[in-house]
Amino acid sequence: MHRFANPARFLRLSALLLPWTAGATVILLIAGLYLSLFGSPPDYQQGDTVRIMYIHVPAAWMSLFVYTNMAIAAAAGLVWKHPLADLFAKAAAPIGAGFTLICLVTGSLWGAPMWGTWWVWDARLTSVLILFFLYLGYMALVNAFDDPQRGARAGDVLLLVGIVNVPIIKFSVDWWNTLHQPASVVRMGGPTIDSSMLIPLLVMAVGFTTYFITVVILRLRAELAQRKIQTLRFSVAGDGATG
Amino acid sequence: MTEFFTMGGYAAFVWPAYGLAALVLIGLLVVSLKGLREAEATVRALEGVRTPRRRARAAAHSDTAHSHTAPSSAPGLPGKASEG
Repeated sequence: MHRFANPARFLRLSALLLPWTAGATVILLIAGLYLSLFGSPPDYQQGDTVRIMYIHVPAAWMSLFVYTNMAIAAAAGLVWKHPLADLFAKAAAPIGAGFTLICLVTGSLWGAPMWGTWWVWDARLTSVLILFFLYLGYMALVNAFDDPQRGARAGDVLLLVGIVNVPIIKFSVDWWNTLHQPASVVRMGGPTIDSSMLIPLLVMAVGFTTYFITVVILRLRAELAQRKIQTLRFSVAGDGATG
Repeated sequence: MTEFFTMGGYAAFVWPAYGLAALVLIGLLVVSLKGLREAEATVRALEGVRTPRRRARAAAHSDTAHSHTAPSSAPGLPGKASEG
């Protein structure tokens, strides 16, 4: 019975949560934009292009965070057949793809003046591009079936296979010689970045996370409404047949 | 202030980065909100297809009952009594 109760509980909890996550997103992103555009110094080597970091790095973190969450949901969907798990992955995919696109394009805009090239086929950049294609492939696959259940199953398998790409992205800068710099925040021995730049970066990252929670709740509610539409259409058609 | 907009000569790279991020994030939010509103409107419409039939039947019933007893009563009142 809990299978049927959970979506109802989600609707109740998410309605309570939504104003808080939406409010936090607005405040954090305004504060983050202020800090990254006015409240932080230009880099001594990179000048003002370092401000691209406050978008690029949180977007990159989100691209991995969202994918990992989707893969966990896929595992839960396959093992326990939890109805919300598949809907979560479906609702989160466009947001993850959006963050990955932001990561790729801002990286390119940062690379052009600092590296002297918009793009190189090195390990980090290529593995992130593959992540972007995984998102797009998942979205296409899930919507390619007439039966949403079968689409969700196929999508879950793709997500679980694609999870190998996540550690490859994370460690690509250590395993191979790449143009991309190694990690300076999430690394053994603590961040090597000055707090005047670390704080705006973290504020933006938390803002992106609350943005994700807000939009994924909206999209999940829409997915649940679509489910309800299907059952209502079915019962209205039934009414018409008997009446 | 002009210094802020020129971004130390890197305006052509910094501003498109922020612009694209804003475009993608706001675009996703708008599309998601629109999708949710449309889906909820469809749910209401479909639920409306089912319930008014019953409500109309009940209203028609109460109208005939009232026309015999109190033809001059306020139009809003009889429907309300029978709905609950």
